[in-house]
Amino acid sequence: MPDSAASPAPASHIPTHAELFLAFLKISVSGFGGTLPWTRRMFVEEKRWMTDAEFNDAYAVCQFLPGPNIVNLASVFGARMRGPTGSVACWCGFLGPPFLLMITIGALYARYGDAEVLRRVLGGIAAAVAGIMVATVARMAKPLFAQLAPAPFVMLAVVGAVVLLRLPLLAVLVVLVPVSIALAWWVRR
Amino acid sequence: MKSDDILVTLAVQFAIMSLLALGGANAVVPEIHRQAVELGHWMTERQFADFFAISQAAPGPNVMIVTLVGYHVAGLAGAAVTTLAMCGPTAILAFFFARAWDRFKHAPWREAIQSGLVPISVGLVGASAIVLVRAADHNWVAAAITAATAATAYFTRINPLFVFAIAGALGLAGLV
Repeated sequence: MPDSAASPAPASHIPTHAELFLAFLKISVSGFGGTLPWTRRMFVEEKRWMTDAEFNDAYAVCQFLPGPNIVNLASVFGARMRGPTGSVACWCGFLGPPFLLMITIGALYARYGDAEVLRRVLGGIAAAVAGIMVATVARMAKPLFAQLAPAPFVMLAVVGAVVLLRLPLLAVLVVLVPVSIALAWWVRR
Repeated sequence: MKSDDILVTLAVQFAIMSLLALGGANAVVPEIHRQAVELGHWMTERQFADFFAISQAAPGPNVMIVTLVGYHVAGLAGAAVTTLAMCGPTAILAFFFARAWDRFKHAPWREAIQSGLVPISVGLVGASAIVLVRAADHNWVAAAITAATAATAYFTRINPLFVFAIAGALGLAGLV
């Protein structure tokens, strides 16, 4: 894989709607277990629509915003290239194929979901998927625990409120988001 | 009449969730679980674990779990409603927000907001992991698969699909 940090990437031309659609379609169908790496590869290395730094900036905004990150990125990038219809083109490419796939799987599941073979296979995969999530959390949490700051306590408060107290997400966030931002503000001074 | 009611319920609940999903779709897994399994009784614990597993193992973004939930609850219309409600509001927000946010790139309050939100989203994904472990691990073999997968994913860069295949084979062999 070429070193993406070393590739200066001036966009050769503004992609058309069809190019946007096809690029996101390709990202979507290659994106087993998460689409971020594929999106970066497409944008920075294959199409050279953005430099590595530009991609990081755009992704940071979309990660900060609520909702599915790459769906947000498709919306922002499509709009930047071709206006609102550019967003729609990205969206259709990105969400169309998996939507059709999920409908198909959903229909098969409704019919065969109780079949013994499927039960067994899915039972194994579900356990593995849970493990992947545990590893993801461990990776994300590690830098938080590296410094003596309010962050680990905020994180544990969120887990406790959601898992132990089973509070509605809205209530949890209305209280803890302002607290966490205030603590971050207070700590940085 | 009844099916219209459920579509409205799905639209409202998932649109709200869309705006609460700090850190992406995986952050709202406990909330989807709360609505779909605990409050709505739309599906069993096992079905929820299945849907999450399918959405992670299949190509496409992780957010597609909402499509499966919507389809299970209200068919094709349900799938369309949950998918659009989950992706639409926040995409429109992103559309208007991205430019304004860029302008305040170095403002101190922006940095405070950004670093304040990090532990929130890590906490939400942490809660998701706990909910998923509880839904998936019914016996010690399943728990062992979870532990082994977590260790593999944390310490190595092995493709998760490979791990899923092994776990599926162990399940097929009747061990889970």
